[in-house]
Amino acid sequence: MEEAVISTSTPAVELAGITKRFPGVVANRDIALAVEQGHVHAIVGENGAGKSTLMKILYGMQRPDEGEIRVNGAAVAFRSPSDAISAGIGMVHQHFMLADNLTVLENVVLGSEPRKGGIAIDFGAARKKIKQISDTYSLGVDPDALVEDLGVGARQRVEILKVLYRGARILILDEPTAVLVPHEVDELFGNLRELVREGLTIIFISHKLDEVLSVADAITVIRRGTTVASVDPKAVTARQLAELMVGSELPSPETRESTVTDVVALSVRNLSVHSPDERCIVDGVTFDIRKGEVLGIAGVEGNGQAELVEAIMGMRPAEGEIRLGEEDISAWSTLRRREAGVGYIPEDRHRHGLLLEAPLWENRILGHQTRRPNVKGPWIDRAGARADTRRIVEQYDVRTPGIDVDAAALSGGNQQKLIVGREMSGDPVFLIASHPTRGVDVGAQAAIWDHLRAARAAGLAVLLISADLDELIGLSDTLKVILRGRIVADVDPQNVTPEQLGSAMTGAGEAA
Amino acid sequence: MKSAESSFADRLLGRVRLTGLLSLAAPLLAIVFAGLITSVVLLVSGDPPLETLGVMADYGTQPRSIVLMLNYATTYYLSAVAVAIGFRMNLFNIGVDGQYRLAALVAAAVGGAVTLPAPLHIALILLVAMLVGAGWASIAGLLKVKRGVSEVISTIMLNAIATALGAWLLNKERLAVEVAGSNNIGTKPIPESGRVAGMAIIPGTEAKVFGLIILAVVVGVGYHVLLSRTRFGFDLRATGRSESAAVASGVNVKKMVVTAMILSGAAAGLIGMPQLLGSSYSYSLDFPTGLGFTGIAIALLGRNHPVGIAFGALLWAFLDTSSSILQLHEISPEIVAIMQGTIVLSVIIAYELVHRYQITAEQRRVSKELAGGTPPRVEGASA
Repeated sequence: MEEAVISTSTPAVELAGITKRFPGVVANRDIALAVEQGHVHAIVGENGAGKSTLMKILYGMQRPDEGEIRVNGAAVAFRSPSDAISAGIGMVHQHFMLADNLTVLENVVLGSEPRKGGIAIDFGAARKKIKQISDTYSLGVDPDALVEDLGVGARQRVEILKVLYRGARILILDEPTAVLVPHEVDELFGNLRELVREGLTIIFISHKLDEVLSVADAITVIRRGTTVASVDPKAVTARQLAELMVGSELPSPETRESTVTDVVALSVRNLSVHSPDERCIVDGVTFDIRKGEVLGIAGVEGNGQAELVEAIMGMRPAEGEIRLGEEDISAWSTLRRREAGVGYIPEDRHRHGLLLEAPLWENRILGHQTRRPNVKGPWIDRAGARADTRRIVEQYDVRTPGIDVDAAALSGGNQQKLIVGREMSGDPVFLIASHPTRGVDVGAQAAIWDHLRAARAAGLAVLLISADLDELIGLSDTLKVILRGRIVADVDPQNVTPEQLGSAMTGAGEAA
Repeated sequence: MKSAESSFADRLLGRVRLTGLLSLAAPLLAIVFAGLITSVVLLVSGDPPLETLGVMADYGTQPRSIVLMLNYATTYYLSAVAVAIGFRMNLFNIGVDGQYRLAALVAAAVGGAVTLPAPLHIALILLVAMLVGAGWASIAGLLKVKRGVSEVISTIMLNAIATALGAWLLNKERLAVEVAGSNNIGTKPIPESGRVAGMAIIPGTEAKVFGLIILAVVVGVGYHVLLSRTRFGFDLRATGRSESAAVASGVNVKKMVVTAMILSGAAAGLIGMPQLLGSSYSYSLDFPTGLGFTGIAIALLGRNHPVGIAFGALLWAFLDTSSSILQLHEISPEIVAIMQGTIVLSVIIAYELVHRYQITAEQRRVSKELAGGTPPRVEGASA
């Protein structure tokens, strides 16, 4: 830690002409970027624009095909993250990599344990060093706290401390605010300012423009794998930044007029889900969704949304009553629920929505393998399934050269459009849309929103789970907030701001 | 994006398919490679590679050898299909060996104990064999579903138990009688009505091909139809490809595990039948063993594909048959075991290489066709 002073104007990190190709795609093309020392430098771009690949290159997880990386003026070629760490670069991943059942101290030293007398771990020295780092940057981390007792914000600070402990002077934060609620974001930004004041350099990856504008000293915009602009946050508006990112005008998720009817399509009463160790993950959830209504569930991820969805789908044992129309479906199998008209756009399309190594037309059958046009009695109806796959590809604008290519060959947005098309087939009466536009490009996002709106207008009842607060507020007719498995608030999507919704999601304040 | 790629196990077990000419490239590459390795081994042991292979090819293509090869291949094919049914669903039925031995023993005993009109007698024996094989395999399936026991462990254990149970049953106080003219013991021979006559279909020899070679063909066709044409087969393949996606689509995975084990076991029960009904007519101490393990290798070799398995079984049987000539030329017949091992390994490696090539090629093709082929459409609202 000897070079704590900002000495020269040599950029901390300089990337020139970086190009990285993957089979069939160019993830990064001719990237040029200079990050000044002591700056928070934001890199913004849509999902899939190539931000993550770029950061993986800088952190040594992937090697560029072309181009040069200079750290503090010296050219480097990282073979692995450990090379990057020894050059003073640390990365805080979007998904935390902490062991819940260990203390902060144990997590921080894991992998670089200070030795005492050969084999023993010198916890005393480590504790001192952690305290010192924590105090220097006002992180407020208690080395002896158990990680499982910490909130999301605190865990993130532990992750930051972990890379500082390893001597990082340049920090890469990958979408650090994705898991945080608004007031935790403010705390994080406070910490970041503290870090740059002490001379550290931060590369901040995000697609949330307001945040970027409030915290960054410099912004670089990436679009379709290449750097399209470097701008001064003081001289640019969120709108201009968005247009740079997208290259055109942003679509909006707003729905126009209400299509809600009086007919209840799905009613859930006192639904509870317990984990194998008897913890209550979903706790007495009750709601009704009427025909033509979109019910949004807002909540920080991991508060029972996934379990709630799986319980409604019959994939997870639950107590309580679920009625579809007049029928009590609580005891039905997943298959029977699907046959009765429950559509399901799963949160993780690769795990739950697709057979990646199977052709598109076989993926059309998945989840509908007892219904026409896919089957005739016990036999698969190839011709029927194939024809209907062509229809979906056409109607839902799935960009593919044919229906015989494997699902894995399509981009995320096209995979998702195929799933949406499939789940809208066979006249569903109720649709679960779990993060329907996660990880898809803006064009596909707008298309999926259009399809959801059209289905809603046609009388479909939709349960919408999303982490995108704009999407929730824009699409929902009714909005409920889930916290630790319970519905804690009803919110009127007509007059709520993302900030109010955010604080309701943490239980911090009352929503409007 | 880790989950976007198939695991090595998926490709190993043929749940991921190569298409077009590439599917031929892999096995050819593998055989050439295996030939090279064997040549090196032969050179090292001081035998001329080309001549040795020539001798094997010569002997192996004689009419008598061809009959023998077809008979071996019939058994191997059934065994490999039994294994493949499990493989397609991510189940490693290592217990095919125990399943077929127990099934053959019980079926032989039942067949020897009754006298019925010919077609019924044969059908009864086949049915008993399938039921015993299925029953024995279902133990592993139920253990997996009810208690979470890995089927790999349980089927290996059940093999050992089947051996012990077979030894206990094959006793003069129970199912066995003394085989005339030797100190071997076996089940009471199956009467004429329960036997399946061989067919002298290969010109130039009196030797007969097992009549039950037809059974192998029927099983092969049935396997293909079941897997690629039926709903059940779709569910089974879906479960093998992605259990989580299958569950979300409404497949009852537990039921599928038990059903797949039962089917695999039923097919396993048939393995001993060509031999039992076509040649030995009784289950004795010298009934062939270890066929279940050969089946695993051949299922891998044939990538679980009904036609691929047929080629694999024929190749394996050819090597087995032609090995018997090597001793006359003072070449160790064990060289064939080395060849078989190398072929399996090379096939796995070759498929892996070709698969990687194919993924790259397909992604490139898709992005190229999308860039050039389709008419440009306005994405989102343009400014």
